[in-house]
Amino acid sequence: MARSTPEINGSSLADIAFLLLIFFLVTTTMNVDTGLQRLLPPMPEEKSDVEQDVKQRNILTVLVSKSDRLSVGGEPVDVSMLREKTREFLTNPNNDIHLPEKQVVDIEYLGSMEVGKGVISLQNDRGTSYKMYMVVQNELIAAYDELRDELSRAKFGKKYEILTEDEQKAIQKVYPLRISEAEPKSIGGRK
Amino acid sequence: MAKIKKEGAKSTPQVSTASLPDIVFMLLFFFMVTTTMRDTEMMVQVKLPEATQVSKLEKKSLVSYIFIGAPSRQHQGLLGTDSRIQLNDSFKKLADIRDFISAERDALSEADRNKLTTALKVDEDTRMGIVTDVKQELRKASALKISYAARRVENY
Repeated sequence: MARSTPEINGSSLADIAFLLLIFFLVTTTMNVDTGLQRLLPPMPEEKSDVEQDVKQRNILTVLVSKSDRLSVGGEPVDVSMLREKTREFLTNPNNDIHLPEKQVVDIEYLGSMEVGKGVISLQNDRGTSYKMYMVVQNELIAAYDELRDELSRAKFGKKYEILTEDEQKAIQKVYPLRISEAEPKSIGGRK
Repeated sequence: MAKIKKEGAKSTPQVSTASLPDIVFMLLFFFMVTTTMRDTEMMVQVKLPEATQVSKLEKKSLVSYIFIGAPSRQHQGLLGTDSRIQLNDSFKKLADIRDFISAERDALSEADRNKLTTALKVDEDTRMGIVTDVKQELRKASALKISYAARRVENY
């Protein structure tokens, strides 16, 4: 045997493996699904207007028009003001008679707290764009999150997210998420 | 720049790269195992809206997806550009949502049935009309836990 086969150069193996690695890195998506989580109201058994019990001062009507214009409580408002308006509505800092009533409730961990009775009624047109709707939803939730976080810092000295489940529940009782999405209005004979 | 003197005896030996392929293969296998290829073929174009207050969907097995958006390019010839609903791998009508939800619910174990979350992946240019209709259908099917899918951004 005069001729022995020369050893195959293995240095290109790394390149091949890198190529495969990059291919998989690019093609696969490690997508974590994120979103605004909400609970829909259950379908009413029969036609009954429970909402009429709610006093006018306890409702904040947020209306998004067909052309994506926002009005809060009847007056046109820019989206950037929505968070502030919502916060004012939910806390009612000066006990304004046009803003929601408050009730003193005993809550575990927190003691007696004033809990507002405000309900936000979110209404939209069939022609409202989803983008605008999401911006409004986001601002409403942001207002709640900010209030909860502030309370949590004041009471526990911690961020709301790192509280235990019971502590979070206590804070949720002070600022319960009450956003009512109105029944779709039938316009133009659609049901 | 300091000059490095070359002294024949003290020169450090070259680092062996023989283990490099092994390392890279290990990474490769890790990515191959952990990532999942997209399982449903998208038939509608969905560009998710942005939001800052999003939270993660926890258990993927408990989530069923409803896609709403304009049909993708290759379907536009037949269907136009009006927003449509996609369930699993096909275009569906509003009335099919209830069947879809009950099928999804049957696929879950008894204990998890009321934890079913419906993720609405809706294109940002969609009109609210169709979304409201879908929400009404979900209420009728008592699938009340929903999540409006959105991309996380720090601020607008």
